[in-house]
Amino acid sequence: MTAQQIPAGHTDPARIRNFCIIAHIDHGKSTLADRMLQATGVVDGRQMRAQYLDRMDIERERGITIKAQSIRMPWTSRETGVEHVLHMIDTPGHVDFTYEVSRSLAACEGAVLLVDAAQGIEAQTLANLYLALENDLQIIPVLNKIDLPAAQPDLYAAELAHIIGCDPDDVLRVSAKTGEGVEDLLDVICRDIPAPVGAADAPPRAMIFDSVYDIYRGVITYIRVIDGHFTPRERIKMMSTGATHELLEIGVISPEPKPTQGLGVGEVGYLITGVKDVRQSRVGDTVTDAAKPAKKSLGGYRDPKPMVYSGLYPLDGSDYPLLRDALDRLQLNDAALVYEPETSAALGFGFRCGFLGLLHLEITRDRLEREFDLDLISTAPNVVYRVVLEDGTERIVTNPSDWPTGMKIAETYEPIVKAMIIAPSEYIGAIMELCQERRGALGGMDYLSPTRVELRYTLPLAEIIFDFFDQLKSRTRGYASLDYELSGEQLSDLVKVDILLQGEPVDAFSAIVHKDKAYAYGTSMTAKLRKLIPRQQFEVPIQAAIGSRVIARENISAMRKDVLAKCYGGDITRKRKLLEKQKEGKKRMKMVGRVEVPQEAFIAALSTGDSAEAVKK
Amino acid sequence: MPALPHGDPAPPNGRLPRANLDAAHGRPFGFYVHVPFCQTRCGYCDFNTYTAAELGSGVSRGSYADTVLQEIRLASEVLGDGDAIGDRIPPVSTIFFGGGTPTLLPAEHLGLIIREIREQFGLAADVEITTEANPETVTPAYFTRLREAGFTRVSIGMQSAVPHVLEVLDRQHSPGRPETAVAEARAAGFEHVNLDLIYGAPYETDADWQTSLDAAIAAQPDHVSAYALIVEEGTALARQVAQGVLPAPDDDVSADRYVMADETLQAAGFSWYEVSNWATSAAARCRHNELYWSDASWWGAGPGAHSHIGGVRWWNVKHPVRYTAMLESARSPAAARETLDEQARFTERIMLGVRMRAGLSVAELPPASQRLVPQLATWGLIEHADTAPDRVVLTQRGRLMADAVVRELLA
Ligand SMILES: Nc1nc2c(ncn2[C@@H]2O[C@H](COP(=O)(O)OP(=O)(O)O)[C@@H](O)[C@H]2O)c(=O)[nH]1
Ligand SMILES: C[S@@+](CC[C@H](N)C(=O)[O-])C[C@H]1O[C@@H](n2cnc3c(N)ncnc32)[C@H](O)[C@@H]1O
Ligand code: SF4
Ligand SMILES: [Mg+2]
Repeated sequence: MTAQQIPAGHTDPARIRNFCIIAHIDHGKSTLADRMLQATGVVDGRQMRAQYLDRMDIERERGITIKAQSIRMPWTSRETGVEHVLHMIDTPGHVDFTYEVSRSLAACEGAVLLVDAAQGIEAQTLANLYLALENDLQIIPVLNKIDLPAAQPDLYAAELAHIIGCDPDDVLRVSAKTGEGVEDLLDVICRDIPAPVGAADAPPRAMIFDSVYDIYRGVITYIRVIDGHFTPRERIKMMSTGATHELLEIGVISPEPKPTQGLGVGEVGYLITGVKDVRQSRVGDTVTDAAKPAKKSLGGYRDPKPMVYSGLYPLDGSDYPLLRDALDRLQLNDAALVYEPETSAALGFGFRCGFLGLLHLEITRDRLEREFDLDLISTAPNVVYRVVLEDGTERIVTNPSDWPTGMKIAETYEPIVKAMIIAPSEYIGAIMELCQERRGALGGMDYLSPTRVELRYTLPLAEIIFDFFDQLKSRTRGYASLDYELSGEQLSDLVKVDILLQGEPVDAFSAIVHKDKAYAYGTSMTAKLRKLIPRQQFEVPIQAAIGSRVIARENISAMRKDVLAKCYGGDITRKRKLLEKQKEGKKRMKMVGRVEVPQEAFIAALSTGDSAEAVKK
Repeated sequence: MPALPHGDPAPPNGRLPRANLDAAHGRPFGFYVHVPFCQTRCGYCDFNTYTAAELGSGVSRGSYADTVLQEIRLASEVLGDGDAIGDRIPPVSTIFFGGGTPTLLPAEHLGLIIREIREQFGLAADVEITTEANPETVTPAYFTRLREAGFTRVSIGMQSAVPHVLEVLDRQHSPGRPETAVAEARAAGFEHVNLDLIYGAPYETDADWQTSLDAAIAAQPDHVSAYALIVEEGTALARQVAQGVLPAPDDDVSADRYVMADETLQAAGFSWYEVSNWATSAAARCRHNELYWSDASWWGAGPGAHSHIGGVRWWNVKHPVRYTAMLESARSPAAARETLDEQARFTERIMLGVRMRAGLSVAELPPASQRLVPQLATWGLIEHADTAPDRVVLTQRGRLMADAVVRELLA
């Protein structure tokens, strides 16, 4: 079969089917994509490698090829004999990037809901499904891995049917591993997913659903054309900023990038303008013709808004310029990453960084350490608070040290999320208890099947970013899955707790917490520090305080003995070397007032033990 | 057993650079003789010593003195360096036999070693010659023979007077035996007798420690060394602590015991002259130890022994078999050496000097360290000496924090 029957650029929209695959990690999305690439002849048997598209991602990381964000595949329906063009669009799939997911979904008319027939649906899949339904996407429910002995296709077909309101018999059954059912799925895609509609003669409009920095080509922008037609070498305009660029290249990916003579209504592909920074080509923005611009953008564009902040500091102060360069580099490919220089009395020079969520924070930190070989300390993450003062003025607080002090505070607001948890019903009690502890409000509960429930909670974001997922996993023996999305703010009784060493506040340890939790934070932090900070020449009180009111206190008693009182005879060398080693250790201490604090104490005190692995996909 | 330090290679003939030999000119000179044998190994001990079983047939106690004589002759060649030795090195002012257990050798063998040192280097008129003595290895007759061999001082390893403490420490002698040994040494004519004590052993109480202090004082030595029990890596004690069989010594408890020792000894007429050492008079101090803590020269003979001549420190190979083999093949037993630079000398001067009763001369400190003096005084760690206000001396609290004081002064 030849791959490219219908040339890109002027495809009849009636022949186009744009879809994405919604799946939980490991449910088989990559494997299914492999089978589709093979079945449609885009990749032949000889070229085929497992996880074809993922491999391309890895190569891209090394700067070699372009990410396969969307793949154009030809398919002739065996039901109708009509030749179609399928665009499979990848969705970034995790909770911090809900907006990006929504833009990928907005580029499609349909979605394959892929669920492991041995596992059933997970919270995150469900959340993305709801997102797809909000975008009016046609859902094609599919159970994968039906070849597995452990598969329970009847059970999970009923569950899926219940969730999306279809007949269990309409749930397709495939094995991405053996290929069984994959061709039927392609036919159903042609049959059920609506063709895109748009005005061919209108001024062109396309939506950006992803934007990636490539060291050789600059920014590669992935678009879905809604109206009109784009042609190479015309000038295009980004409607949110008004910036114009020359269209150096436009094309489709199948599976390698192929420049075309343009893209028309309903088509999906990429464009290159030579810009070097993804912030100049933003996800959700509308692209139009600069000479003949559309009057209205497609709407739905949103500036990425950091929700979680944390201070990042190099362990070795002399790495500060390296960290700055590394952040500059990462920002080229991450429009959501924001940062500004920050100094901490305790940690030295670093950056206050804003992230879309905890996972985004972890990924960024991880990349800084791995790709740029930096050792970092990060301060406990905090959310963004809104503080209304009695005089009516308002403050947005992204850093505990900016919390208004010595001023009369009228009201404090914190961001909240709508969370969805799916788990076996035996864990309802444990989950409710956890959510209660985290100041959650139950919004509703549904049985997905007789043994699985979906719980909906409103929770403060601040409670989720601290250890929540680990707790959820451990209290449900790993069975619960979680998804959440931001849902505005709520009025809360918030206070700033400072931690003082010998009366000196340690900025890195200050935290904004709910009033009812201030005492718990204070006692746990002071107790932790008492264990971590070595005894000094003098007594060191450790206090937790709200303003000038001390709420918890520990004492590190003065060290009494620091001498080698043993007969060491003539071995002066050993004694001196020991001392020189101790002296080196002393140099690595950070001074808080007169108190010497080993760096390890900061790291240990700041580590929350949290992980957002959960929602990574 | 603590590993030897890392250093530069030492030449096979043991020769020292001329500059260092010259630098030693006129400095007091002493000898240390290591005797690496013990009847059994105490659980806490990481000294370079071996039981007969551990040594096997490689080295015999009977011929050990002969081997040491070879090293003394080597010392004479190296330090003379072709000149008359007396031009450079003054007569020997102190000799110290340590171990191990020197008193496992016949007193006559120790005497042969002293005689060789006298022949090669000459002895000062007021020479101090000490041996460590394990209480269970000595008798009145042995003390008399030590006197005849030329010894002027004995240092008896008492450690404790309390049975359960001696047991935890794996000591061989029975309670009371060290005190009797003091009397025997006195009777044999020893004017200077030291008792070594250890405090802070697992399960030792304050009352136990007081008992040991009182017993030691009642025996009327003129010198007491009191050491905090250190859990040394690789010892049986370290294993027992790691396995939770014995509790680790507690620093606060050790600090309390130190204060008890200092106070009890002071009340009994002893005064401290180094962090762990007390004597009834200036004449009762161990001059050999003072030599280590000042910029003096000494030659350490025996396996693992350390030497210092004019800014070069070196140390011998550790194992007695290897040590013996090297000397038999006419090679220097030195394992490695280091030449001290200005920085290292300064570090050592502060590190050693601050522990002494005489303290440090403020004027001789670099400006940065001088500026720290008031702070250390406010913390109650040092004070100005009554007799010499330009010198600073550790307070009782400061003696317990001596290493911290050194780090501050060197920061
Ligand atoms: N038995 C079986 N295994 C499958 C099937 N589809 C995927 N897998 C396996 O499931 C694991 C996860 O698949 P992958 O495609 O990487 O999932 P993704 O994380 O959703 O992209 C891999 O080990 C696949 O080989 C299937 O239909 N049957
Ligand atoms: C060279 S040692 C041994 C001398 C002699 N063999 C004896 O045991 O009496 C000298 C002194 O160091 C002290 N000592 C040895 N090991 C020690 C340790 N681990 N902690 C504290 N003091 C120790 C003991 O007081 C001992 O008497
Ligand atoms: S007798 Fe002395 S040297 Fe020998 S093992 Fe015991 S403490 Fe160590
Ligand atoms: Mg995958």
